[in-house]
Amino acid sequence: MDAIFESLPQYWDGFLRTLFLAVISGVIALIVGTILAAMRVSPVAALRGFSTFYVEVARNTPLTIIFFFSAIVLPRLGIKFEQFEVAAVIALSTYTAAFVAEAVRSGVNSVPVGQAEAARSIGMTFTQVLGLVILPQALRTVVPPLINIMIALVKNSSVAGAFFVMELFGYGLQLTNSHGDAVMWILIGVAFFYLLITVPLGLLAHFIEKKVAIAR
Amino acid sequence: MTSVLYDVPGPKARRISLIGSIIGSVIIAAGVVGAIVILSSQGIFNSSRWEVFVNDYAADVWTQLGLGVLATLQAAGVAAVIAFPLGVAFCLLRISLIPWVRIPTQVVLEFLRGMPVVLMILFVLLVFATSPFTAVVSGLVLYNAAIFAEILRAGIQSLPKGQREAGLAIGLRSFQSRMSIEFPQAIRRMLPSLIAQLVVLLKDTSLGYIVAYEELLRKVKLIADLEPSLLFSAFFVGAAIYILINLSVSRLAIMIERRGTKKAAGGVASAIKTVDLDVNAPQ
Repeated sequence: MDAIFESLPQYWDGFLRTLFLAVISGVIALIVGTILAAMRVSPVAALRGFSTFYVEVARNTPLTIIFFFSAIVLPRLGIKFEQFEVAAVIALSTYTAAFVAEAVRSGVNSVPVGQAEAARSIGMTFTQVLGLVILPQALRTVVPPLINIMIALVKNSSVAGAFFVMELFGYGLQLTNSHGDAVMWILIGVAFFYLLITVPLGLLAHFIEKKVAIAR
Repeated sequence: MTSVLYDVPGPKARRISLIGSIIGSVIIAAGVVGAIVILSSQGIFNSSRWEVFVNDYAADVWTQLGLGVLATLQAAGVAAVIAFPLGVAFCLLRISLIPWVRIPTQVVLEFLRGMPVVLMILFVLLVFATSPFTAVVSGLVLYNAAIFAEILRAGIQSLPKGQREAGLAIGLRSFQSRMSIEFPQAIRRMLPSLIAQLVVLLKDTSLGYIVAYEELLRKVKLIADLEPSLLFSAFFVGAAIYILINLSVSRLAIMIERRGTKKAAGGVASAIKTVDLDVNAPQ
């Protein structure tokens, strides 16, 4: 138990880095994912094809492999990063963007067809239909699944700890080495800090889901 | 839905779309060419980097990769086989009528779902001092059992109330009704989600890399450590194997989903039909 209190500074540093990774990659993934979803429903065949290909491949590749690529293979190919955080953000956002794209796409599909037809019949173009009518409604229904994706992102960021980034899991690995006698307590401490992020997010998703269900 | 978003393109729109396609393709092609230039500047396309897959050592390399694939599938298989019954048990406890059982289970499930799988694997590995294989399997079992339980619960809650009521009315105990009436239907309904979760499980076996379980990615690393110039080629082959396995399982999920939507649309009436079909279907 003492081991936890002794290591509080490391936990705190790791906690902040985990949050940092999750927020930065989350924002990038949201933007890239929404663009991918828009490409997926666009009239331009090349964009549709690319988006489909990207989403299929990224969703079926283990995150560890993507991390391995960005943290170990890329530097060997001459693309070096000052900090491994950059590699982690690249890996997390490429992976998560595919899931965001799928969630947004199913959100687009959940908007009643009449909405699109109405927008089209008053003469809106594809960009207007999507940007002014469909996406604002789709994003609302898509918020609970998106929060779940963000929870997964927070948990996934732990893989970065094994690829030289000192976030919560990275410190967990380090501290279990230095506190060989209190391994269990150290890891319970790490778990606590993860739950500190994931449980409130889960409650939030649950709450919003209920709200949306009432509104419909 | 997609076609509702825009008109059937006329000649002008087709031209714009064609130009868009060309520009899009050019950008994508430029990215690919850029990647190839970077790769070839590192000598990736020299045959020396690849001949290890065909020369005298090829047998060894492929054996190692094969062992890696086997280890990956083994961990995933064992974990799935244990996780599923455990998930059913969790689900039973989670929907129990006794608050004393239900609420603690809910807490445990929330805990398991909110935890990174790597952390659970590391916990088992260090605290119980097990082999990497046991650690990977236990971590995957705990996490996926919790997910399976949630999926099954969603399935059971989506059933019409009458199913359970009818079961109780003909004198089944609550447990009997769950096992012989509700779960079979819930599993059927949720088959696509369950298989999608299997893909996740399969993907997560690669976390074994972190605790030195000798799965596919670890084998790739081993090959690359022996001969650093082979890093990219070994990685490329390993990643391709992983993606191929996962894509085929995902395809299977989509196939089952399509088949399922054809059969099980609607409520009770179609459920009776599905049961009929199942009895008559050739095994």
